[in-house]
Amino acid sequence: MARYQNIFTQVQVRGPLEAGPRMHNSTFTRSGAGGYHYWLGKLGAAQIGPVYLGPLGMASLTFAFLAFEIIGLNMFASVGWNPIQFFRQLPWLALEPPGPQWGFQLLVPLAEGGWWQMAGFCMTTSLLLWWLRTFRRARALGMGTHVAWAFGAGILLIITLGFIRPMLMGSWAEAVPFGIFPHLDWTAAFSIRYGNLFYNPFHCLSIAFLYGSTMLFAMHGATILATGRYGSEREIEQITDRGTAFERGALFWRWTMGFNATAESIHRWAWWFAVLTPLTGAIGIILTGTVVDNWYLWAVMHHYAPSYPGTGVVDPASLPGAPQ
Amino acid sequence: MSRFLDRIAAASIGGLGILLLGGCELGPKQATQTGYRGTGLEQIVDVKHIAKVSLIPPAPYPLPPDGGPTAGESYQNIKVLNGVSKERFDHLMAEISQWVAPPEQGCNYCHNPENLASDEKYTKVVARRMIQMTQNINSRWSSHVKETGVTCYTCHRGNAVPVNKWALAQGTPNPGSILGNRHGQNAPEANVGYASLPSDPFAAYLNENQQIRVAGNSPFPSRDHVASIKDAETTYGMMMHVSTALGVNCTFCHNSQSFRAWNLSRAQRATAYYGIRMVRDTNENYIGSLQTVFPAYRKGPHGDPYKVNCTTCHQGISKPLSGVSMIAQAPALKGVSKPTAPAEGGPAAATNVPAAFNDPQAMTGTK
Repeated sequence: MARYQNIFTQVQVRGPLEAGPRMHNSTFTRSGAGGYHYWLGKLGAAQIGPVYLGPLGMASLTFAFLAFEIIGLNMFASVGWNPIQFFRQLPWLALEPPGPQWGFQLLVPLAEGGWWQMAGFCMTTSLLLWWLRTFRRARALGMGTHVAWAFGAGILLIITLGFIRPMLMGSWAEAVPFGIFPHLDWTAAFSIRYGNLFYNPFHCLSIAFLYGSTMLFAMHGATILATGRYGSEREIEQITDRGTAFERGALFWRWTMGFNATAESIHRWAWWFAVLTPLTGAIGIILTGTVVDNWYLWAVMHHYAPSYPGTGVVDPASLPGAPQ
Repeated sequence: MSRFLDRIAAASIGGLGILLLGGCELGPKQATQTGYRGTGLEQIVDVKHIAKVSLIPPAPYPLPPDGGPTAGESYQNIKVLNGVSKERFDHLMAEISQWVAPPEQGCNYCHNPENLASDEKYTKVVARRMIQMTQNINSRWSSHVKETGVTCYTCHRGNAVPVNKWALAQGTPNPGSILGNRHGQNAPEANVGYASLPSDPFAAYLNENQQIRVAGNSPFPSRDHVASIKDAETTYGMMMHVSTALGVNCTFCHNSQSFRAWNLSRAQRATAYYGIRMVRDTNENYIGSLQTVFPAYRKGPHGDPYKVNCTTCHQGISKPLSGVSMIAQAPALKGVSKPTAPAEGGPAAATNVPAAFNDPQAMTGTK
């Protein structure tokens, strides 16, 4: 079978479509024979499909569609079914979680947060089903399950924000609203409420891994692209059989910073940095409000917040006779 | 064909980029450092969009000297300005008609020309209460208005009703339904700087005494301090109102290291603290008392009179009228000095401040 593996050329080759290995232990077969798409070929492989959807994929997409519809129709209703206002105000529109008066009650009236609970349930279910799908598809191809666990780290952060932390705090109102600007304003309000999230050390770690991920990705991508002319697209094979491309890439980094990753370790570095970003973030979220209420004061207590000269301003509420 | 599609794609990407840039504010900015280096304390001003100060009208005629018969001796039905000299009372009346009354009506906006002493027009009853309110602001709330003081003109600016005012919001017609229900937020609303934050912070914070502070006093959670993130959002909305009304950034008052800590804040934050209490006092005790006096067309959708907020006086400038004091031209509005707010950092200041915020480093000594 014809195979074409070099990712560095812009040339799109047309030939017999690749069908993939034979399926076993599957309810369904892959659908269609696939085809070529010129524009998608500008971004990745030009061959589209065949797709294996399967029962998990279909269930996941169904729940994703339900969540999407619940959120969209709630937003549409909030502007009185006016399509022009829906389009104009879309960045502001939201589906809000139940208010603090509802605590962590399981069933809240639909208009007061019940729809949010349903949307959240459907979205979470969809994500978990899709996670299981990535796990099972990887197994079916005889692969490791690294993709599933990396995806799972991201899902953990979502569930922490929308379910685990609200449960520990005993209030759905702690959860994130669905909406473009609303979830951003929620983020700022969260930091203000808990005394500046930047002093949360797990938030710091998460940022370090996030920025580290982008840096590793840039370093690795650049190294492979720069040695493409010497065959670096066979980077994994060069773990055991170092070729010219690998030797030059490694030499470049040893010249530059005295140390180089190996063709194997760079991928573990990148994987762990990416996975630890949401993982440390989730730990930081879980600790906020449950264990620490004011991260700035916590950081001062642990000699961790920088100390600046005071301005001498005092809280008027603490002065005798001041209006409260 | 492919070349044509390439062009379409390039044009769409370029167009999208320009569309995204539409969110930026163009033009020169002026940055002024206002605090210790490294703390991000600075004011960034879009110099082309600083709010314009309206032209302060000249006095109708020079302020007459004090003395001679008082207004109480000279006129009927004087209840507030009894002790003011007749000459200066007349001068204030001329100023009020210039500052507040529509020019075509002049004195007759409040007075019956046949009987100036009559209270038959509601506007005269309101004006009397407003004079008391102005005196109260200038005397009791000198912690906010300082020596600059306020006059009728600070809010009215030549209008019978100040331009910037608020009343209880219309609210959601059917709160039990999702139809047309924004839960008081999630709409592009100028009150809160076009954020999606709760857009009516006024009723809770400027008419009632809802707690504005949401960040805790202690590093650790406590049953005594329960504030939802939704409370933080309404506080945030209120602060966006203050920021918009004054035309300043958050760091005009706060240090972003800790919005809550007073010892890192600028003195302006204490001024704003008193200002918020001043507005509450004004709305509750002066404007609220006129509930039955105002006709329906001077009230909001819920039948409450229009009230004041930060914008009523400030109008986009940190010092209303750019700090120009008009009180010397209207000394009768000063009122009797009765400051209830002690001077900042007074002798008892240090002892009553929660230890954590007065001297955060002290906490580390015990651990």
